[in-house]
Amino acid sequence: MTTPDGGAGVAHWSGDVFKEMKARDIRTVCTIPDGGLTRLLNQVTSDSGMRLVTLTTEEEGIGITTGAWLGGERAMLAMQSSGVGNCINALGLPAAFGAPCLMLVTMRGIWGEFNPWQVAMGNGTRPALEAMGVRCFPVEHAGEVAETFAAAADLAFHGRLSAAVLVSQRIIGAKGFGQK
Amino acid sequence: MSAGAASPAGSNKISRRSFVARLLGERDGALVVPGLGSPTWDCFSAGDSPEYLYSWGGMGLAVPTALGLAMAQPGRRVLCLTGDSEMMMGIGSLAVVADQAPENLAILVLDNESFGETGRQTGLTAGRTDIVAVAQGFGIARTMTVHEEAELPALANFLFRETGPSLAVAKIALTEDPWALPEKHGRTIAHRFMVAIGTDRA
Repeated sequence: MTTPDGGAGVAHWSGDVFKEMKARDIRTVCTIPDGGLTRLLNQVTSDSGMRLVTLTTEEEGIGITTGAWLGGERAMLAMQSSGVGNCINALGLPAAFGAPCLMLVTMRGIWGEFNPWQVAMGNGTRPALEAMGVRCFPVEHAGEVAETFAAAADLAFHGRLSAAVLVSQRIIGAKGFGQK
Repeated sequence: MSAGAASPAGSNKISRRSFVARLLGERDGALVVPGLGSPTWDCFSAGDSPEYLYSWGGMGLAVPTALGLAMAQPGRRVLCLTGDSEMMMGIGSLAVVADQAPENLAILVLDNESFGETGRQTGLTAGRTDIVAVAQGFGIARTMTVHEEAELPALANFLFRETGPSLAVAKIALTEDPWALPEKHGRTIAHRFMVAIGTDRA
């Protein structure tokens, strides 16, 4: 049983996603962090067999994951939906090479958003990804994140294509900075 | 040289094609990730190899791609061979290289201070921007700037035999070289590269 806030004694979705990552030998996670990814990224940092790569802009993660695959390792990119906009041209790289590109995206601007500046890219995230040929896997419920991630990962690495799991703001929780 | 100079790279002497060919002759099995455009043409012109990961697009991604490869293949030296304009587009990736600090990654920027592929428009390194100084500021401690072809043996040693991560800038002349276009299908380039280094999977 998972809940949005992952309170005391309750499993958080990120724990199950992390297990699926380990089961698939994903060793490198490239990221510009997002609040909703904090727990998952902390697990990566705490695992001596994994490597966290902090980026300056998300598109770098597309190059790094592609290079890692060419070198025989599995890597993925974890980012907020606003970062998807930074990746558009870069997504042509794994597409050209026939390389996998697995993305875990935490959504903003869609569900209970308080910041109007997040709305445009939140609305554009899925259409932009699909315009670049990326298979999108939206998830609305915390209990479905891990199995969706596993399915997207298998499709990406075995099908050698780009896939993105879009984790709803409904799961992450919309923040308000005291303005709601 | 002042910003917006009329003749970019006007005082640069190094001729890129022969320089790259001689340099690659010293690579000692290093894998090469050339950036799109002229660095890719330079590699192919020097003699085709499955260990060259040719690029036809994705400007700014040569360094990140080489970084991912270097981290996955710690036993192989990886050379990213790029141009000044692509390096500027992906300049932040040098901070990521510094942070990850792979000892087997070397970067060579062929700097003709121009957008050579698109009409030889003046680039930002013709003015006040110094890529070596940027790399140093990001935390890449091992850097080198080359102005003369006679410096090639020292450059080859720096890129292929000394501990990385390292970055060198070669100030090259703005030349017009004959087209030398390699394989352009990405899946073919990737497949033969992976077969050559033993990472191909059925």
